[in-house]
Amino acid sequence: MAKKTTDKAFLSGNEALAYGAWEAGLKVACAYPGTPSTEILENLSKFKEIDTQWSVNEKVAYEVAFAASVGGVRSLFACKHVGLNVAMDPLMTSSYTGVNGGFVVVVCDDPGMHSSQNEQDTRWVGIYSKMPILEPASPAEAKFFVGEAFTISERFDTPVILRMTTRISHSKEDVELKTRVEAPPKPLEKDIRKYVMVPGNARIRHEVVEKRLVKLKAFAEKTKLNKVEVGSKSLGFVTSSVSYSYLKEQYPEASYLKLGFTYPFCDDKIRQFSKSIRKCIVVEELDPFLEEHMKTLGVKFTAKDPSFRLGELLPDYMKAIVEGQIKKVKPVKSRPPRMCPGCPHWITFSVLKKLGFFVAGDIGCYTLGALPPTSALHSCVCMGAGVTFNEGLRRAHPEDKIVGVVGDSTFVHSGITGLVNAAYNKAKGVIFILDNRTTAMTGGQNHPATGLTIRDEPTKELDLKKLCEACGADYVDQIDPTGNLKEYETLVAERIAADALSVIISKHPCKLIKRNI
Amino acid sequence: MKNQVCNIVFGGIGGQGILKASEICGWAAMYDGRHVRKSEVHGMAQRGGSVESHLRFGRTVYSPLVGLGEADFLLCFHEEEHPRLKPFLKKGGMDLMEYLPKAREIIENPKALNTAMVGVLASYLSICEEAWMQSLETVFPGKILDLNKAIFIKARSLRDGA
Ligand SMILES: Cc1ncc(C[n+]2csc(CCOP(=O)(O)OP(=O)(O)O)c2C)c(N)n1
Repeated sequence: MAKKTTDKAFLSGNEALAYGAWEAGLKVACAYPGTPSTEILENLSKFKEIDTQWSVNEKVAYEVAFAASVGGVRSLFACKHVGLNVAMDPLMTSSYTGVNGGFVVVVCDDPGMHSSQNEQDTRWVGIYSKMPILEPASPAEAKFFVGEAFTISERFDTPVILRMTTRISHSKEDVELKTRVEAPPKPLEKDIRKYVMVPGNARIRHEVVEKRLVKLKAFAEKTKLNKVEVGSKSLGFVTSSVSYSYLKEQYPEASYLKLGFTYPFCDDKIRQFSKSIRKCIVVEELDPFLEEHMKTLGVKFTAKDPSFRLGELLPDYMKAIVEGQIKKVKPVKSRPPRMCPGCPHWITFSVLKKLGFFVAGDIGCYTLGALPPTSALHSCVCMGAGVTFNEGLRRAHPEDKIVGVVGDSTFVHSGITGLVNAAYNKAKGVIFILDNRTTAMTGGQNHPATGLTIRDEPTKELDLKKLCEACGADYVDQIDPTGNLKEYETLVAERIAADALSVIISKHPCKLIKRNI
Repeated sequence: MKNQVCNIVFGGIGGQGILKASEICGWAAMYDGRHVRKSEVHGMAQRGGSVESHLRFGRTVYSPLVGLGEADFLLCFHEEEHPRLKPFLKKGGMDLMEYLPKAREIIENPKALNTAMVGVLASYLSICEEAWMQSLETVFPGKILDLNKAIFIKARSLRDGA
């Protein structure tokens, strides 16, 4: 007979985190999608007690969620690592104001770049913003840590960063389920000195932040989130996140200082631990974050060879790291992703390829247009840059054949401002909005131009055509490219020939759209 | 008692239901009272690219990934992906590749290949019947549950019946 498991579920790190946040009484949660973070909001939206939304972009999401915290309820913002760059403006000053209801900033890093344009390590943001960082090592820990993060946020009056990675977000574990505990919302308070960050007030708050760091450091020394596991005296690891799991499997006899509250650093604990061990090794994924700091403590330890700073750490690398070797990888041939057969994006790329234009690209499924044999997309840096790269490249080469492409979700996220800028600064060219009626790359999330909310409820639909006209485009055409190739090619040729700023909205729904009604 | 951990690697290409296959096994192992860890890939990689999912269960499991040469079972859903995944198998590990054509024969809709292959795998695992059924009920919505149960049961007898 199967054992009693009614209070258990097999959940991913993202699902577990959502469940833990619900248990902790979370009231408001906002995000813009981004692998590997997307399922956090998707799962939170299933709880009727939580007010959830897909926001227009990460800056907006951060501000709405943070304001709910200032309003006195527990709130959460979630993003992928690069999403945090977009939210950095509110983030940096939210550290000064502090919170009212607990506020947790969930950031999912992507070591190995399974689905990302870079491999930035969010832990540095802790130092930069002076906010604490929690790092769970498993889905069960993600669930537990998010509750702890809310408590720490309220106790120390600070936003708390909960740093996940792809392997935590997208791995599953059996976890225990509990019930929800909700605190009554606090009243809306007018506290000008805390929440109006003009220089006079901000100077005082900066001092508060520095004092808070000292208190957080004292907490780091005591908290059980930083756990010493006493084992062999001859070998010990200072480690965090998924690296802990890999090591524990292969070196079960070793001693461990497992950091769950990574920043501010628990200097005393680190010193004590490294002194008690003959060979102390720091094992951390990506940047030498702990390593650089431990060098300043003057303790004896070794760390991974710099070659391991690239990519994610894998179980098979642990031995080489422990032995101080360089990273050796056997190249394996794996199948690259590509646009689906019948995807409407294909048509635009086949037209652009024939014309031989430089195509300023953006991020989404259509970025796959850069792969051979299509090879018809020539830049991709960050969201919104399909619009702004058309302008900048033309400033360098006014006579060259240049166009820009951007997806519908990406245009709403950060293409609009670029279009206003182009119109205002008299830039020319054609911007293609590849409107497949969804955020396809991240699994098909709604956005303002779909007219549906995160819960698939109808809402005001953003009219892209009217919007582009209002931004100042000279021509805005909307066309379904499928089964319409001649007409599409004629339109493109006409707009390219014109000395104007044009937008062509190429509109056809993605085949993978599924609604959960 | 030794901490016996069972390591399984699932692989194929986007759209073949690889993640669902490891999902069924994960829930079943949990219902059977084991500690379970599983890894998978989402996003960009799913667009027709190689997809891989690792499942590990036992008394205590730490790593969500199976190391090279450590898999007890390999379930590969696509012939071209097999050479890439083969190195995960340990010496004496079970490669269920030979069952792929037979599994294809017992299904009408290619989408059900995952359930069929899990059925084959189930015949090698010590997870109890009730846990498997509970898992299928968790993973499949009402409309397709009975069909998947039937495929699972049929595929489980492929091991001896072949
Ligand atoms: C700042 C930032 N946020 C989120 C992401 C993750 N992301 C990559 S592409 C994309 C959206 C793609 O949607 P769309 O523009 O509609 O193109 P589609 O994939 O549908 O073709 C998202 C959310 C990112 N790369 N950067």
